[in-house]
Amino acid sequence: MADILDLSVLEAHDAKIAGDLSPREHVEAWFEAAGADELNAYLWRNDRGPEAAAVEPNEDWNAPIAVKDIFTTEGVPTTAASRILEGYRPPYTSTAVQKLLEAGLPILGKTNMDEFAMGSSNENSAYGPVLNPWDRTRVPGGSSGGSAAAVAGGLAPWAIGTDTGGSIRQPAAFCGIVGLKPTYGAISRYGMIAFASSLDQCGPLTRTVSDAAMLLAMLQGRDPLDSTSVGIEGGVSLPDRENLAGLRFGVPAELARDSVDAGVREVFERTLEKIEALGGEVVEVSLPNAEHGISAYYVIAPAEASSNLARYDGVRYGMRAGGDGDLIEMYETTRSEGFGAEVKRRIMLGTYALSSGYYEAYYGQAQKVRTRIAEDFSGAFSAVDFVVTPTAPSVAFKLGEKTDDPLAMYLNDFFTVPMSLAGIPAISIPAGLAEPEGGGPQLPVGFQIAAPAFAEQKLLDAAFALEQGIGFEARPTAGGGADA
Amino acid sequence: MPELEAVIGLEIHVQLATKTKMFCGCELSFGDEPNVHTCPICLAHPGVLPVPNEQAIRYALQIGMALECEIAPWSIFHRKNYFYPDSPKAYQISQYDIPICGAGKLGDIRIHRAHLEEDAAKTIHVGSSGRIHGSDASLVDFNRGGTPLVEIVTEPDLRGAAEAAEWARLLRETVRQLGVSDVNMEEGSLRVDANVSVRPAGSSELGTKTELKNMNSFRFLQRGIEAELARQRELVESGGQVEQETLHFDPASGSLTSLRSKEEAHDYRYFPEPDLVPLAPTEEMLREAREALPELPAARIERYESELGLPRDVAQTLATDPRTAGYFENAVEAADGVEPRVLANWVTGELAAALRQAEVEGGAADSRVSPPALVALVRLVQEKKISHGSGKTVLAAMVTEGGDPAEIVEREGLAQMSDSGELEAIVEKAMADNPDAVEKIREGNGKAIGAIVGAVMRETKGRADGGEVNRLIREKL
Amino acid sequence: MIERDQVLHVAKLARLRLSEEEVERMVGELSGILEHVDRIGNLDLEGVEPTSHVVALENVLRADEPWQSLPRDTALASAPEPSEGAFRVPSPQAE
Repeated sequence: MADILDLSVLEAHDAKIAGDLSPREHVEAWFEAAGADELNAYLWRNDRGPEAAAVEPNEDWNAPIAVKDIFTTEGVPTTAASRILEGYRPPYTSTAVQKLLEAGLPILGKTNMDEFAMGSSNENSAYGPVLNPWDRTRVPGGSSGGSAAAVAGGLAPWAIGTDTGGSIRQPAAFCGIVGLKPTYGAISRYGMIAFASSLDQCGPLTRTVSDAAMLLAMLQGRDPLDSTSVGIEGGVSLPDRENLAGLRFGVPAELARDSVDAGVREVFERTLEKIEALGGEVVEVSLPNAEHGISAYYVIAPAEASSNLARYDGVRYGMRAGGDGDLIEMYETTRSEGFGAEVKRRIMLGTYALSSGYYEAYYGQAQKVRTRIAEDFSGAFSAVDFVVTPTAPSVAFKLGEKTDDPLAMYLNDFFTVPMSLAGIPAISIPAGLAEPEGGGPQLPVGFQIAAPAFAEQKLLDAAFALEQGIGFEARPTAGGGADA
Repeated sequence: MPELEAVIGLEIHVQLATKTKMFCGCELSFGDEPNVHTCPICLAHPGVLPVPNEQAIRYALQIGMALECEIAPWSIFHRKNYFYPDSPKAYQISQYDIPICGAGKLGDIRIHRAHLEEDAAKTIHVGSSGRIHGSDASLVDFNRGGTPLVEIVTEPDLRGAAEAAEWARLLRETVRQLGVSDVNMEEGSLRVDANVSVRPAGSSELGTKTELKNMNSFRFLQRGIEAELARQRELVESGGQVEQETLHFDPASGSLTSLRSKEEAHDYRYFPEPDLVPLAPTEEMLREAREALPELPAARIERYESELGLPRDVAQTLATDPRTAGYFENAVEAADGVEPRVLANWVTGELAAALRQAEVEGGAADSRVSPPALVALVRLVQEKKISHGSGKTVLAAMVTEGGDPAEIVEREGLAQMSDSGELEAIVEKAMADNPDAVEKIREGNGKAIGAIVGAVMRETKGRADGGEVNRLIREKL
Repeated sequence: MIERDQVLHVAKLARLRLSEEEVERMVGELSGILEHVDRIGNLDLEGVEPTSHVVALENVLRADEPWQSLPRDTALASAPEPSEGAFRVPSPQAE
């Protein structure tokens, strides 16, 4: 059983084709594993088990999958980890999940997350935090913390999450797995509970780059129900690059390396050397406006969120409170009791930024910064093939460490937010282990590679070659701590 | 106190007669059971996204072109954020500062802009009195929610209540002829709100305006505006200030009630809709919209005036209804030697009267009088083959039985008396029979000639040419 | 940076009711965040077009063809207070 769970989805696929693994065994093993969730990774588990799989297990890519509870699934609870959607069962299924179902993937369950995708630690869930399988006193990252912890902790072979400012990449980094945010528009957002409409994207969280490619191939495509979706022209196939010869990697000067923990910096530098050893060229590039990414992001995302979350008003679905009073009483009570503190904070911030007299100074200005950041990347990509950074400024921090300082929490997104603003694809792969600043057992460090819009294939190919070169094998042990 | 003039602008919402809603494929309906035309999108479930209805875009372009608006080469949707049960997303998708249609005009009134948006759902207030104030609860029906709307805003060019109502009728007729909406005020597919203010006559500054809503007929629109103008005039003349507010006109009582206090003025927090991409009408879309336009009243009135030389009021009567206009134009085409002006008078005058007399349903186009037949009749009169009076008689017959005027003249023996010998004899006899009248004429009382003319006409059964009779009488005096 | 009055006004716009403690905390937290965010206020972005749309698409439209609406029961299944085939809500209070 343990062997089966060690296989990546591609390895399992190859084993099934070779006749060494029965598809049914594979599916059953994972359903059993998912049942032993001590990390609070799942909000809902499919206890109808493999029998619930609509399609006969076969030798195709039907490894069961964990789905972040932000994707609507018809008849199955979908909460976005909020009280306000407690008990809500959607009347329709999101396009992304629909595609998985049509590909024959059984759903293991819906994973925990930061409420409405707002957070970088999964401590903002109304249903309790998720624990990092490497060290259960630490956060898995967020907002796709449940999906990341499930994949890293042996509770799912792969998962889908969403990334708005880093919510796939950062938890992937904290959990030592692969996380990809595709180009904005690559995957349909229909049925993905909206946080920030111009930034949200669905993406894979997997053990390997190849698994991420497989999942992306299944998910990408234009959807008539999402007019902002375009898909990836030419589709996506399994990466197979051997080295990084002929490729140029740009390190942004402005994303100063001294804002990063020593251990993270060390792994980052080592990875740059690895790139060179594999034949790639590492150069410095300039992204003059990237340092303002956080400021722009924390205006745009809350602004859009304040509007997207206004529909949670107790009228048509979800929680209703204060219904004995008048209409305003009902609105205010429902929303005040239904939303957590971070969500309220962002709604307030966003409403303020859009309000009369402030629009130009905040929202208008932030959208201009965004244009500039996109231009910076375009400029950089005329000189290099990829831009690289550490995924996060630190390794996984302790539960409760940053909950009192929202701004400190926001600064976790420093390296990931610019790519979101520019709409370009970026992947985080585990690059090594490092000790946390306060000392202690080593924890995973993520390396982020960003590419031009719709260059996912190139990105995956390079990430694959680097992944092979790095050879990151470490796994969290059941009790936490690393096995480097 | 200087004289005050009225300054009125209208805001019109037109519900488009597409098959489906603006952003989802639910069917449009009217009067169905509540909530039978809904889906996750128009119920604003978590995760849903809008996709615009291409027919609604086409219809909006047609409306813009009919109003001679500048069509924006690039326009976007905005979110208008506000909380109300009839607004499921808590924002309405609308257009803000870059609408699909810009400045235009209809008749003498300038259009400020026209844009696309979605309609709200319906809230029925239940509870004790059934009115919004003092009711316990509301029931929301989302069937209507998401219906495509075009909002048309005029410049404040209207100067009176009657003018506003009449212009609103012209707008309604124009949009109706496009075939893009039922534009039925009672059913709610046409809604007209008025922005009303007063200012010293001759001033170019605008006074504070109030918004009048919920007038669901042209008559109520006029009366509502009249009432509000009276209220504002009285207020200003007694030294008061007009407050900006939204008012509801109750036609039964003639009273105006404030709907919303302006302390709670909405901050809609408009921002560009990130879930929708811009509209950039292509050459093909524009061409198709243009080709779909019928000739509309305003243009036709203009054409009748300038090309056919018709006076404005006749042109208006003929041009407003396309079928009457079509009839008239067929007649003009068949007319050789008869001027359009003359035909126009016959259509709007004699023919209309004859149809009314015979209680015929519909207008000229529905009658038995074919355009060529009308032309033939008019020519007979013009050539003095029959008198004008006889002409009307023949027309009355044509209205009931159709047919050819010449045949009717023949059959009824209505040919104008062309034999002057016969006529002369009758004139002499009439003069001999009416010596007092003859005497009066000789004394200078010209009107007395009427008695003799009348006698001649009776004798000839109206077939004599009145002008000729007059001439003969004078000759014999 | 953000005053208490503004916090209360924004809360009203967002239909949130904040406790006294929450209001105080919000004043502090939002001020801190806004201070950081305000850096972009000093940037010279004259002539820069704000990003209003991320994908370079236009005219993505849907044919005017009806699809199957939800059966009413399904539409009302999630309703906190379904009533007479409709969604019941409290009325706005008289002003």
